Amino acid sequence: MVDPRRTSSAQWAERWLGLNVGSDIALANAVAREILAAGLQNREFIENATSGFEEFRAHVQKYTLEHAEKTCGVPAETIRELAHGYARAGRAQICWTLGITEHRNGVDNVLALINLALLTGHVGRYGSGLNPLRGQNNVQGGGDMGALPDRLPGFQHVENDELRGKFERAWGVKIPAQRGWHLSGMFDAMERGQLKALYVIGENPAHSESDQHRTQKLLEGLDILVVQDTLMTRTAEMAEVVFPAAAGWCESDGTVTNSERRVQRVRKALAPPAGVRDDIEILCALARAMGKDLGQPSAEELWNELRALSPMHAGMSYARLANAQGLQWPCYDETHPGEQYLHGRLWERPVIGPLAPFSCVEDVPPADALDEEYPVRLTTGRRLDSYNTGVQSSRYASPGRREETLDISAEDGKAWGVVEGERVRVLSRRGAVEAPVRFDAGLRAGLAFLTFHFPEQVATNELTVDAVDPKSGTSEFKATAVRIEKISGAAKG
Amino acid sequence: MSVQKAPDLKNPLPRGPLPVFPPERMAKTIEITLDGRKVTVAEGTTLLEAARSAGIDTPTLCFLETLTPVNVCRICVVEVEGSRALVPACSRKAEAGMAVRTDSERVRLSRRLVLELLASSVDVSTAPQIQEYMRRYGAKPERFGAAGHAETVAQPVKIDNELYVRDYAKCILCYKCVEACGVDAQNTFAIAVAGRGFGARISTEYNVPLPDSACVYCGNCIGVCPTGALMFRSEHGMRKAGDWDETRQTRTDTICPYCGVGCTLTVHTQDEKIVKVTSPLEQPITRGNLCIKGRFGWEWINQK
Repeated sequence: MVDPRRTSSAQWAERWLGLNVGSDIALANAVAREILAAGLQNREFIENATSGFEEFRAHVQKYTLEHAEKTCGVPAETIRELAHGYARAGRAQICWTLGITEHRNGVDNVLALINLALLTGHVGRYGSGLNPLRGQNNVQGGGDMGALPDRLPGFQHVENDELRGKFERAWGVKIPAQRGWHLSGMFDAMERGQLKALYVIGENPAHSESDQHRTQKLLEGLDILVVQDTLMTRTAEMAEVVFPAAAGWCESDGTVTNSERRVQRVRKALAPPAGVRDDIEILCALARAMGKDLGQPSAEELWNELRALSPMHAGMSYARLANAQGLQWPCYDETHPGEQYLHGRLWERPVIGPLAPFSCVEDVPPADALDEEYPVRLTTGRRLDSYNTGVQSSRYASPGRREETLDISAEDGKAWGVVEGERVRVLSRRGAVEAPVRFDAGLRAGLAFLTFHFPEQVATNELTVDAVDPKSGTSEFKATAVRIEKISGAAKG
Repeated sequence: MSVQKAPDLKNPLPRGPLPVFPPERMAKTIEITLDGRKVTVAEGTTLLEAARSAGIDTPTLCFLETLTPVNVCRICVVEVEGSRALVPACSRKAEAGMAVRTDSERVRLSRRLVLELLASSVDVSTAPQIQEYMRRYGAKPERFGAAGHAETVAQPVKIDNELYVRDYAKCILCYKCVEACGVDAQNTFAIAVAGRGFGARISTEYNVPLPDSACVYCGNCIGVCPTGALMFRSEHGMRKAGDWDETRQTRTDTICPYCGVGCTLTVHTQDEKIVKVTSPLEQPITRGNLCIKGRFGWEWINQK
């Protein structure tokens, strides 16, 4: 388990590597170097299935165990054990989530992990692989359906003329031939005055985006904001037009795709309240009002249209999805079983398709640097009984739920003269919030933790930095420099 | 070696081979006699599995496919030729040449006695499975004393949190909740069996209320409880008010709205309200297990 916090999962791990926030590449490159130094790489796989190995080997030479120990704060011996254990395992997976991706170099973090799988051949085989754990029930499905700036449904690239042409013929419209903006790019475009109208479906960016002051100012500056959601979120409160929508999981029919690419059916169990309509109905009514009649398609009819256009979904009829309890894409036809793991092509000799490239990525510290004024590293995350900005999860009673707390180590509490339960002010370079302190034995000195589940209580994203990974458009939610002040007295810590 | 550029993401990757799975270990098969019939089963098969695959309905209370057998309820006992005592079918493995009787008079008597002992001391009013077994075996719990005379486990229901109640007057000590809270599912270890003999009971550490215990409110204990001793607070309240009516309820399978695991939720609705959420054991992803959000995090739907 590699995590700056000793989480409850870490307590179950055989080893816990409590690395410094944002030092993931220093760790991964050191693991790679150690695997090579010990001769534990999979030579056959590297030779036949990968490219760029020699350059990579030279690149990681400077990432010694000693360097990693210094940068990551993890003992060199523990990193060595990790490298040997991973390389020698019969099957090994690397699972990660937002601690890897919510950094200004999140894509590079992922590439550094991919390097390890390529070095050892722990990819494309049963029980091995690279596994980004999805945090939301349909964030994978959103991508599957083309809710990405450069992709059409089925991950078909919009800048590929042949693929785009297929959709243009099916839909009878011209599709812009260049990719659009991702989420943070859209906010930058608002700042430049290029984006003036925004239609938000099922998201609460006023609370979920980093640097909340800036986000809300930009949303307020739009000519028109339209929000379609099941509940009156903070973003919906700011909107000129709100479309009340049925809850996708129990008032509506359709599909979602989970973390293992399994497409599953969601079914309507309840009628939505009066005046609340299904997402499809809202979109079609809006199209009609704008002069285009899309009819009144059912969820299954739309799904079948998708199957006709997206080869990876072609074999997934509603009947099969129900009988098989979901199918994992790609599923090319109605006799195809779906695929439990990907990239098996890398084990064909010769490899089918392009070789898998090693990537030479460098360790880059978080954008929001620690200094004398802001000496504490704040990282953000979730707690078990709550979820994101709390739109759904704050509306049920959870016996274990506490009000939001600033979690710190007891050592820091002692050093700063604060006690548990005491309200303190947390200041970053962008904003300040107040929260009561809780001591968490899973945190060490210099590390603090907040969630963004209770934005009305503690607006955590007023603190976070909008430094963005240019490759993914994701903000560095995981690394904010803060200072903790006693509310009653002078600045401490 | 020349450095090759990254694959062009604008072009789809070609189709690869289908995933390959490790070969299933071929178990040796053995022959046993079940109620006079020759049956061939794989080595390692339990007598319960053998009986069920032969279409013989063997009753169980403490057994569940997803839990390790603990052999405590003794309702599944069968007679093995040459064995002095009856054996629990849920955990006894079939052996070559074994002759098993699943419904002999001795078996029926033993099952009837177990049911009578349980029903004379425990409130089985919300345990339809036990009631069905009692009819099947002609159990007469009143043999052990009319109501009010036999010793019982009657006690006040524990309502110490917003999500579920513990009514140990209905507990048959099958251990399923303990197993689901422990290594068989949740690894939380909030509850265990305390006390001995008739005083044995399910308890949190030092018998503290749930909110002070290690409980994380996954409700996986409710999911496995065969008697309704563990019950959603919503269901408990509706039953008390006389509003609980399963004939007016609909069950719909859908997917949890929270994280990316994709657990199946069976949503139980009555009069256009969600009254509880369960998850099917056959579901391949978490085999009936949920977390607090999936099992209880739907209250906002009813508030609208």
